[in-house]
Amino acid sequence: MTVRADDVAQCYVDNDWLCGQYLSDYRPELTDATVQHLWITVVSVLVGLAVAIPLALLARRNPTVESLVVGGTTIIYTIPSLALFSLLLPFTGLSATTVIIGLALYSLTILVRNVLAGLRSVPPDVVESARGVGYSDARLLTRVELPLALPVIMAGLRVATVSTVALVTVGSIVSYGGLGNLLLSGFNRNFKAQILAASVLCVLLAIAFDLLLVALQRALTPWTRHAG
Amino acid sequence: MLGDAFGYLFDGSNWSGPNGIGAFAVQQLLLTVTAMVLAVALGLPLALYLGHRRRGGFLAVNVSNIGRAVPVFAVLLMLSLGPVGSAELGPYGRAGLATLIALVLFALPPLITNAYVGITEVDRDIVEAARGVGMSGRQVFTRVELPLAMPVVMTGVRIALVQVWATATIAALVAGPGLGRIITRGFANQATYEVVAGAILVALGALVLEGLAVVAERYADPMRRATNRPTAGRRTPSRNTTVGAPG
Repeated sequence: MTVRADDVAQCYVDNDWLCGQYLSDYRPELTDATVQHLWITVVSVLVGLAVAIPLALLARRNPTVESLVVGGTTIIYTIPSLALFSLLLPFTGLSATTVIIGLALYSLTILVRNVLAGLRSVPPDVVESARGVGYSDARLLTRVELPLALPVIMAGLRVATVSTVALVTVGSIVSYGGLGNLLLSGFNRNFKAQILAASVLCVLLAIAFDLLLVALQRALTPWTRHAG
Repeated sequence: MLGDAFGYLFDGSNWSGPNGIGAFAVQQLLLTVTAMVLAVALGLPLALYLGHRRRGGFLAVNVSNIGRAVPVFAVLLMLSLGPVGSAELGPYGRAGLATLIALVLFALPPLITNAYVGITEVDRDIVEAARGVGMSGRQVFTRVELPLAMPVVMTGVRIALVQVWATATIAALVAGPGLGRIITRGFANQATYEVVAGAILVALGALVLEGLAVVAERYADPMRRATNRPTAGRRTPSRNTTVGAPG
């Protein structure tokens, strides 16, 4: 099958960075990559959060646990993502799990600190009053401490989510990089329109997540609205 | 698997030659040092000055958020396919210039934000007192603000250093220079032991750099000998602005 030159959009021929035709021709690829990017981000951050909260609760009463947790996560955070994914390769292979475990570990580092800092920012008198009126430990945590710690926890969640969105792209080394897969294949085919489109989508995704989390925080902590 | 990886690392023949571990390690160190020198020379004076004058805070603090949101990988690709190109650059190897620019770009946010925040979070009363005893603007900066801000500024340098090392590793995905090439070569050869060996080297390198930076941070703190109240005049810096992004 031959394609006549005038059937092909000029921006493909010139290999332009900006190519409107690319966006419509490659809509399915762009959608699939964005969906993969989204779920890898969400699952990674949620797994990180699910591990961070119990770790922070253990660490806040026990200085030894705290230094272990903080020290250990600092070491993980120092390891570059390409190396971290590669170190997981023998265990989890070329799978989304490799990327998710790596990114969850990075999120965990930020989240465990912010959960700790958030819990410690709760005024002691508030905790005392709650105990005074007969709150159990569990109720104290869920009704008083966690809600008051929420602004600091949410700040950590924003940082973790935005950096996770950017880091998912490196997952393309194991073929689970969301928009990063398009970046890598765009590079291998010297296809500039694809690289620009995937990069812009990636940044837009980070901004969208950030705005969403700000809105969520406002909805969850109505009492902080006046303070801005 | 781990045994095979260490076997690879301890085999001297893998270290020599133009595509050996040694050459890539030298390349990556050279890239890291050059990028750090450039970033510190470009970013620190500007951020410290802005902090001293208390101007441009919005930009200085938000540059970190931007740095976090933009994927390193995307910037590397756009630079090497764009006008910068991926030509060989002396000892920096293929796509050397594109890699260097990307490294500097990603080193700047933590440097700028921490230097700015460090200076502006010095206790205002102390700065006022220094002015009150007749210190000039320059003296206030060099004798009061900078010494008190030093730990926060140095934390920024440490975060930037680790970020640069990580970014240099990702350069290998663009067939660029550095130790990441051992990882990508392992993937291409379907040799997991080579991937793991490269990852061990990169991770160890990052940890050693971090360790050295922590030591340097202690030495650079002019108040490390103060025994009474070593944190007098220092406030705990805002948590958000001192967190780096993993690379």
